[in-house]
Amino acid sequence: MQTVKIVVTGPFSAGKTQFIQSISEIDVVATERKISRAEERVKDQTTVAMDFGRISVADDLVLYLFGTPGQRRFDFMWEILAEGMLGFVVLLDSVKPETFREARSILDTFRAYAPVPYVVAANKQDLEDAWAPEDLRIALRIPSEIKVLPCVATDRENVQQVLLELLFSVLEIMDAEG
Amino acid sequence: MALKGNLRDFSTTQLLNLINLARKTGTLTIDAKRERSRLCFKEGRLIYATSDDDGGHLAMMLQRSGKLTEEQARAIQSRTDIKSDKELGLLLMNAGYVSQDDIVRSVQSYILNSVYPLFTWVDGKFRFEASVLPFEDRITIPINLENVIMEGSRRMQEWEHLLDYLPDLDIALRFVERPSVRMRDINMSVEEWRVVSFINPRNTVRQIAQYNNMSEFQIRKIVYALLQAGLVELTRPAGVKPAPGAPGKAPVTMRPPAVKRGVVERLISFFQQRS
Ligand SMILES: Nc1nc2c(ncn2[C@@H]2O[C@H](COP(=O)(O)OP(=O)(O)OP(=O)(O)O)[C@@H](O)[C@H]2O)c(=O)[nH]1
Ligand SMILES: [Mg+2]
Repeated sequence: MQTVKIVVTGPFSAGKTQFIQSISEIDVVATERKISRAEERVKDQTTVAMDFGRISVADDLVLYLFGTPGQRRFDFMWEILAEGMLGFVVLLDSVKPETFREARSILDTFRAYAPVPYVVAANKQDLEDAWAPEDLRIALRIPSEIKVLPCVATDRENVQQVLLELLFSVLEIMDAEG
Repeated sequence: MALKGNLRDFSTTQLLNLINLARKTGTLTIDAKRERSRLCFKEGRLIYATSDDDGGHLAMMLQRSGKLTEEQARAIQSRTDIKSDKELGLLLMNAGYVSQDDIVRSVQSYILNSVYPLFTWVDGKFRFEASVLPFEDRITIPINLENVIMEGSRRMQEWEHLLDYLPDLDIALRFVERPSVRMRDINMSVEEWRVVSFINPRNTVRQIAQYNNMSEFQIRKIVYALLQAGLVELTRPAGVKPAPGAPGKAPVTMRPPAVKRGVVERLISFFQQRS
């Protein structure tokens, strides 16, 4: 049995749990907690350890999706989650510019943990205030060879597309390395 | 017990952590493409570090921290009658050139500046030889590794950011033409002034660093600040033709994951069938 791991990361409330929920065949084993701090009361649940989703590709091949906790005070989990991953998705909250700097720093941190392929997904594109993916590319100084994809994490089809793009990037890197 | 490997698999941070927790004594040698670095530990504490390109002699350390002039340092190093750094230290102290405190500070800052860049190395063979302390003649200073690891990790993150901003050091700088700005009205550190004095489209950033004996980290920080302040801009070095189709940015170096191509292809066709 072969298992493959993809990590979904991004700032607080970017939609990581939603992203994994939309595609996982099992209920996301999220370790959610009620939010107590006033300043974080934009929603009532947050992930404190990790999200965990599963997709059975075949009898002998399983894809696991791990979501990181979005809040910095849990970032000790990141390195553990990053271990051995195939690649990662950085989810951006396209409607919250105040999270962009944090998103960039999460991206840098993950790249330092493991220089594996990654894509950036500009989530919540269904909302009116969403920044366009190409604007986000500039705002976050995402290099041109990295994909910045539009994303609506509530839409399974869309989530699947993001994962496909990541897999294509993995192939490209494999081919480039020979 | 062998402690050998590559930083790709076991990072500088992990190594130092291990040495710290296991309270090891010995010498760690790291060989990267361009340089070799050696770190000595005693019971889990860093006591000495040096990189091959500068020899790690006390006279040079004192020169770097501004306690000796270049001439003085050179004169001292050419003398063959001084057997060890310890002896030299005593001599300089007795002659009133430096205090004991100057020596301790200079050696400590030299050790730390030799170690911090290692946190940004992602590739390099390392080996740890237990109980081997080859630098008997040098002055050693015990430094707790926790602080070194904390500061090193911080710098690693800062480094990633700087690297991203200025991926290529073989680029030149020129002053921005803004008549309103007068360089001498701007508050700059000595290091910044040194860099500024070399700005010329014929000098690459790498060369400026070499002239001033600065590490890549130091020069990147300074150039970053000068660029941010809008005082200088990047320019292709005079006399260098652009490589055909060369992108402005170096590609991000990525490592393919340890998964077979066939597995990735299966995942792709799985998702393609479902959509
Ligand atoms: N409109 C819209 N809302 C979304 C989308 N994705 C997620 N959300 C909402 O955004 C909020 C945050 O989503 P989560 O999935 O909890 O975000 P998270 O990244 O897991 O958050 P933490 O675990 O707290 O860091 C929820 O209210 C989601 O319903 C999207 O694509 N569009
Ligand atoms: Mg969550």
